[in-house]
Amino acid sequence: MEVMKGRVLVVDDDPALAEMLGIVLRGEGFEPSFVADGGRALTVFREFRPDVVLLDLMLPGMSGIDVCKALRAESGVPIIMLTAKSDTVDVVLGLESGADDYVVKPFKPKELVARVRARLRRTDEPPAESLTIGDISIDVPGHSVSRNGTAIALTPLEFDLLVALARKPRQVFTREVLLEQVWGYRHAADTRLVNVHVQRLRSKVERDPEHPEIVLTVRGVGYKAGPP
Amino acid sequence: MSGTRALRGDRHGGDRPVVESNLPAAAAASAEGDGSAQDQGVDLATGVDETGGVDETGGVDETGGVDETGGVDETGGVDETGGVDETADVGLAAERTAGWPSRAAPPGRASRQPAEPAVPTRATAPGRGVGSPFEVARLALVRLRRHAVEAVRWASDRWRRSLQLRVATTTLLVSTLVVVVVGVLLVNTITARLLDAKQAAAYAETKNGLRIAERQLSVVVSSDDRDSLRATLKTVTEDLASRGTDAGLFSIAVVSEGKERQTYYSGDVQPVSIPDDLRHVVDQGHLADMYAPILFKDGRAGTGLIVGAPVTAPLGSFRLFYLFPLQAEERTIALVRQTVALTGILLVLLLGGIAALVTRQVVRPVRAAAQIAEQFAAGRLEQRMRVHGKDELALLASAFNDMADSLQRQIRKLEDMSRLQRRFTSDVSHELRTPLTTVRMAADVLYYSSRADFPPEVARSAELLQDELDRFESLLADLLEISRYDARVAVLEAEAVDLRRLVRGVVEATAAIAGRQHTVVLVDTPDEPVVADVDPRRVERILRNLVVNAIEHGAGHPVEVRLLGSTEAIAVTVRDHGVGLRPGEAGMVFDRFWRADPSRDRRTGGTGLGLAISLEDARLHGGWLHAWGRPGQGAQFRLTLPVHSGAPLVSSPLPIEPESATRPPVDVGFPPVGSDGAT
Repeated sequence: MEVMKGRVLVVDDDPALAEMLGIVLRGEGFEPSFVADGGRALTVFREFRPDVVLLDLMLPGMSGIDVCKALRAESGVPIIMLTAKSDTVDVVLGLESGADDYVVKPFKPKELVARVRARLRRTDEPPAESLTIGDISIDVPGHSVSRNGTAIALTPLEFDLLVALARKPRQVFTREVLLEQVWGYRHAADTRLVNVHVQRLRSKVERDPEHPEIVLTVRGVGYKAGPP
Repeated sequence: MSGTRALRGDRHGGDRPVVESNLPAAAAASAEGDGSAQDQGVDLATGVDETGGVDETGGVDETGGVDETGGVDETGGVDETGGVDETADVGLAAERTAGWPSRAAPPGRASRQPAEPAVPTRATAPGRGVGSPFEVARLALVRLRRHAVEAVRWASDRWRRSLQLRVATTTLLVSTLVVVVVGVLLVNTITARLLDAKQAAAYAETKNGLRIAERQLSVVVSSDDRDSLRATLKTVTEDLASRGTDAGLFSIAVVSEGKERQTYYSGDVQPVSIPDDLRHVVDQGHLADMYAPILFKDGRAGTGLIVGAPVTAPLGSFRLFYLFPLQAEERTIALVRQTVALTGILLVLLLGGIAALVTRQVVRPVRAAAQIAEQFAAGRLEQRMRVHGKDELALLASAFNDMADSLQRQIRKLEDMSRLQRRFTSDVSHELRTPLTTVRMAADVLYYSSRADFPPEVARSAELLQDELDRFESLLADLLEISRYDARVAVLEAEAVDLRRLVRGVVEATAAIAGRQHTVVLVDTPDEPVVADVDPRRVERILRNLVVNAIEHGAGHPVEVRLLGSTEAIAVTVRDHGVGLRPGEAGMVFDRFWRADPSRDRRTGGTGLGLAISLEDARLHGGWLHAWGRPGQGAQFRLTLPVHSGAPLVSSPLPIEPESATRPPVDVGFPPVGSDGAT
């Protein structure tokens, strides 16, 4: 057994799947905790202080979407959705309610573990640097973003996305490249993930999300940072 | 007299001399001999009576005008007091009353001609112009024509669309034709009858006058008594002229023969009116008539009927000419024409209107039905027709409503089923996927972590479990995908994508499979971006399917992937050089669970749904997916997608049949420009 790499809260109502997830996560060195009822998820989350949340979208009591929103309201903790539906509507709904990533059932254990690791990877200490896009200044080691001294609260994923763009101001990032750099995907073309998070990021950092100045769209290619 | 005219004459009192003339008022008028003339006159007069005598007012007198006694019949009276016929010009009422007394001729006419049959009196209306009614009619016609032109223009627009218009127009045209034919026939018949009657009356009068003249002239015996003769001739002339007859107004001219050819005449005509042709015939001792222009003393000219007769007297021969002006007849004919024309127009319009009205009664419900049916077809299933009464249209409406009810029920049922199907798909998705995830993870744990500790058969079982779970998963995924298409819930998530990246990404992702099959995948893409509005997830799935299929069926030969874009469309072809497709198979490859060769081993474990889903994916983009194949020459699949989502495709930038098709596959050289290989 390896050393514990992180605490994972599994919110799932299916006992067999939860148990299996526990076996796999423990096998990979994580410390899992389980909650089957969406209504209790928030309480357990506050007690357990997990590093990552695995959240099933279909839950009794409180829907996964609502749980996701509630969690996001009080924490930037990485949330990975477990969903049985790969339809865009369901996926986008989950992402828009605050999830960082999603895994479609049936998933392979390795795939899930890779997703969890990717969400935890960012705990590595970044070099001390300060970046600016437009009137936005980013303090990378301090994990803070501010406009004219006013702090803007971003989730770690949104922060990573913004930093990735800000580090190479003139480069246009394809969605695939962003998926790889920010989410840790390879050979994936699920652009919904990128699109939704760019929208979420814009809603926080742009003065007018309809006319973005910080995160610009390059038609047919992807995104790039606005001029510093 | 001029023009063509045939003049035939015979002995007075012998066979019937006939003079034919080309007078405008009559195409042909025959002069009857005295013997049969009266009989004929009776018949003709009766005919005229039936068709309607005409009074001076211009209104058609139904009862046949004035009776012989000179009294005015009741209807005539009414007419006189202002009962104006619809078709008459009201403005002429004054003239009409002024003219009336002239028709109320001296009494006793009938008694002086007791043998004469009842012949309707022709009366004249002096001083009345014939132009104004024609002017009115002409203006009406011009107006009608203008409306007709507008109607035609309007009709040309709506002709094809409106049954009502077609029926109304056809009725209008046909009834116009009928009315014109009937009108012409009517006018011609009336004209002929009118002139025939006039002629008969004129002959009767002439003969009558002839007897009187002969009797009076026989009194004068001395040829020397020139004054006496002159006086007698004058008296005869005046006497004859003053006689009121059934033949209407007339003037008399008595021409004496011999040394001094002298003409005595009455009335306001000029004796020069008598044409020479007629004189000659009369000079030869015939009773003859002729239509000729009559000159009046005041300079007017008018058509007239001139009857001439030789008078035999002891003192020599004289010629007696009766000049009957035909003004009244002309006016009558003009009036008849006008009346017929106006009635005809009215009739035609009325018929057209009736046709339109009748058709409208049928067409309107049909139109309403069509409208309802359209709305129904557009999805407003609650639409129903209104049912009035119990006629055929009501039957149609109720039949339509029954059909609509039935359809609505069926559609509701199908909708319910579809909703159920979608729910089912969703439920299966969740219910099946959650346990499958558990199984999957369990198999994985078995396979990766504990395999080494297992006895060989258990380890192999774990391996098989793992492999088959892969197949099960992809089969489930494909089934759910295709059921999404079947339930029509698939949604296109189009965005601007550079197809080159998608192609390269797919080739990279399938590199492992290609490597296992020892197949080289060659990629040929343009240097510049090929951007189109596509759903990258679906296009990637299509391309992945095509590339994997090509690798699978390529028998180790290189697989060629080409991308080309135009302003309208982008195309990707995937070519393999395997066994190819047999004739007819190109259309079957997209069938669900179709396999080129059932006996072939399933090396990559495709689900059999890949191409079926790919075809649906392409269709969702409004694109094409084509297959080409020939035995021994491999196969080529071509995906064509519109650059702008939803734009219709016209052509594909790449041909479906490879240029190298006829050459052996081993000789194929791939175009070097812009190509980059990937394994």
